[in-house]
Amino acid sequence: MNRMEFRYLPMTEQDERDMLQTIGVDSIESLLADIPESLREKASLAAIGSPLPEVDLVRHMTKLADKNKHTKSYPSFLGAGMYDHLSPTVMNHMLLRSEFYTAYTPYQPEISQGELQAMFEFQTMICELTGMDVANSSMYDGITALAEATYLASAQTKKKRVVVSGAVHPEAKDVIRTYADGPGLSVEYTNVTNGVTDVTDLDLTDASCLVVQYPNFYGRIEDLEQLAKQAHDAGALFVVSSNPLALGILESPGALGADITVGDAQPFGIPQSFGGPSCGYFAVKKSLMRKLPGRLVGQTVDEDGKRGFVLTLQAREQHIRRDKATSNICSNQALNALAASITMSALGKYGIRDMAVRNIQTAHYMKEALKAAGFTIVDEGPMFNEFVVDFGRDAEEVSRHLLEHGMIGGLPLGTYEEERQSQMLVCATELRTKEEIDQFVEVVGGMK
Amino acid sequence: MMQHEQTLIFEVSREGRTGYNLPTPTVPEVDLESLLPATMIRKEVAELPEVSELDVVRHYTALSTRNHGVDSGFYPLGSCTMKYNPKVNEDMARLPGFAHIHPLQPVETIQGALELMVDLQEQLAEITGMDEVTLQPAAGAHGEWTGLMLIKAFHERNGDTARTKVLVPDSAHGTNPASAVVAGFETVTVKSDERGLVDLDDLKSKVGADTAALMLTNPNTLGLFEADILEISKVVHEAGGKLYYDGANSNAILGIARPGDMGFDVVHLNLHKTFTGPHGGGGPGSGPVGVKRDLIPFLPTPIVTKTDKGFGLDYDRPHSIGRIKPFYGNFGINVRAYSYIKTMGAEGLTRVSREAVLNANYMFARLKDAFDVPYDTYCKHEFVLSGKRQKALGVRTLDIAKRLLDFGYHPPTIYFPLNVEECIMVEPTETESKETLDAFCDAMLQIAKEAEENPEIVQTAPHTTVVKRMDETLAARKPVLKYERREASSVK
Repeated sequence: MNRMEFRYLPMTEQDERDMLQTIGVDSIESLLADIPESLREKASLAAIGSPLPEVDLVRHMTKLADKNKHTKSYPSFLGAGMYDHLSPTVMNHMLLRSEFYTAYTPYQPEISQGELQAMFEFQTMICELTGMDVANSSMYDGITALAEATYLASAQTKKKRVVVSGAVHPEAKDVIRTYADGPGLSVEYTNVTNGVTDVTDLDLTDASCLVVQYPNFYGRIEDLEQLAKQAHDAGALFVVSSNPLALGILESPGALGADITVGDAQPFGIPQSFGGPSCGYFAVKKSLMRKLPGRLVGQTVDEDGKRGFVLTLQAREQHIRRDKATSNICSNQALNALAASITMSALGKYGIRDMAVRNIQTAHYMKEALKAAGFTIVDEGPMFNEFVVDFGRDAEEVSRHLLEHGMIGGLPLGTYEEERQSQMLVCATELRTKEEIDQFVEVVGGMK
Repeated sequence: MMQHEQTLIFEVSREGRTGYNLPTPTVPEVDLESLLPATMIRKEVAELPEVSELDVVRHYTALSTRNHGVDSGFYPLGSCTMKYNPKVNEDMARLPGFAHIHPLQPVETIQGALELMVDLQEQLAEITGMDEVTLQPAAGAHGEWTGLMLIKAFHERNGDTARTKVLVPDSAHGTNPASAVVAGFETVTVKSDERGLVDLDDLKSKVGADTAALMLTNPNTLGLFEADILEISKVVHEAGGKLYYDGANSNAILGIARPGDMGFDVVHLNLHKTFTGPHGGGGPGSGPVGVKRDLIPFLPTPIVTKTDKGFGLDYDRPHSIGRIKPFYGNFGINVRAYSYIKTMGAEGLTRVSREAVLNANYMFARLKDAFDVPYDTYCKHEFVLSGKRQKALGVRTLDIAKRLLDFGYHPPTIYFPLNVEECIMVEPTETESKETLDAFCDAMLQIAKEAEENPEIVQTAPHTTVVKRMDETLAARKPVLKYERREASSVK
């Protein structure tokens, strides 16, 4: 056995002898004597294989990574909850300041002011964009945050019926349904008419909440004000899941009557990373502050009266409430909240607005180009950076054809809804160029 | 250097500055008003900071220097496994083929990612002794909840609907009872005995036809191995219940003992702890869940599988509890864990746990005379002390923790587990050298001496940090949870 084989393990043979002597035993085995022998015998790790030195490891990992087609080489028109956006270089450089990523939850505020302040700033930025009063310091992702919002609404209203727009992300529908099985909530979906949520035939009187997505899964911008009124008239909370980048130009959910706004800050420079980790956010009206799940950072002063920050209102959380808790969240996505904050700071007040405008203009250009090429836009109306196009043929086939031409197409919708077999949800962010879009249109046009 | 008050990014902001330039437009600019009805457009621009790129760099660099991470110094936070986070793993997760792939790309374009996931699932199954693993849960608590939902689905499928209770030891992590309740169970607390282990008699008196599961951490939060685990497993299984393993402490058992062999039916692991995640200032984590054969049908969809046509995603699981997270989990963290397991290999992982156990016992041996010791026996990867003796001198465990800050250490976990008075819970991990352990022990011994000779210096600590003790009561009583613009800056 060669000790020098493991660069993360500093213990020398001499150290081991000295330490055993201090303890007063002659081998590590003596420290493991309380573990039943039958367990020791079975604990082989044979399938794990031999250790890899760094060069071998990098070679192996690079080989695996190279088997994937990534969006830096293949222009991507996929969105649907995970987006290909710019990421300012400073973001990654600051994120690699290892005092941030090698720390844990800031339980000791005196040596965690950096993290705490960054989270306080994140909370502020989320409140600014969403128009809500209070935001926490992150959730796993936008969709589990939405599922947690249905818990909060049920706890607040003491009602167990959750009404969800039929135009939310299909994976959000799945997650909400799974979560509902815990506390025994019932879940119903609204109709979707002309691409937007339709609650006209729905009685919301015993509903805990009405949940909508803004912009919705099909890319359309919902009439929040009207939906909020319908929810509130029936005594239900109004829950909005929102793309925060779109809020650079769209009226904020807070201004339109949302009681809870959740979403995912992934569009702010966080890599797609095959779907995770992203960065859920959770924001509420002040009256719901003490029911908010997750960690909250608050401003206070130290003994000398100097401004500083601490984790606060912890009586809401699992480590205090244990079996009285309404959420079990502990670890969150702090590092990605930091990433989003850095990106928002770099882009700034007008940068975020202009980036949002750029998205809408780019998607608009693509939509018009597809229309000019003879394709139908499904339920056309106000949108942000996504829309649904009907190719009049199997959209999976279109996707394969685009791939052969070096592009990653949008999301074929037939997987989710059979009647949408020929439809594709297409996304065009600020990263897509006119040339790429024109090529897309030319390639699909050529299939006719 | 003078300890100044750190400015907020909003206070650095000046109208007209920016830290980024958008790409050159290639599509025609169209008037926003022609694309959206006026009612949908924001009336006020969100008040985000206006700062230059250097402002951004200076600000976040300044914040980083006001933060203690593992790279800054020793971080023996019990139950959190604050080991070294290898740099190469950060690079691997940032390879474009991993960082810049979309989860809904055609399956033939993501074969490498799926292969990595299948490999990792098999590795974790081997390490834990389970039959199948899902990588979907985002963190430990999310894994706990998922595991309990699987158990619930299993009992329901058997028509066993009376199993409404989950047994949880009094030393358990707070997430255990919280996860049980959120999964729709009631919790029943099981006492610890004088050994600090599960009280078998108490367990036997509480287990029954209404038991859905027992949740257990092994080694437990006192750092002690549940030596009766085979008997515990028999008791729970004979009553028809399932055994849940909280993997927060699995850094003690790699290659030494496997939860699957102990009798556990469901396991979660915290990849950000045992498998070098990193911790990220509180996340993201990753909390894969492994199960025995009879629970496989209930695993969340999709399942990543190897088929004769390559790697794929299996949604055809009629008994699945459904999806618990969008897409496939925190892939980026899973890449790091995979990279770590590959680096260490079977031999390295076994040495990780053996050396983590030796380090903890060494520190315990050095400190146990100066502090009270609730359980004087060999520990596993962590151990607990009690500050009772110092409390009698007017020095609380909190004071000891704060005094450690003056020595440049992150303190151990304090006041947990709840069944130890003035608890101090130390987990050194295997990546720390003997010199580091010795220096920390020296500091602890000095503080114990200060508590006797000069308690004030401990009671008023810390003395060297950028801020002193914070007024937490004020923070809770008058919550200020975001920056409120001052009058002057809101005037246009």
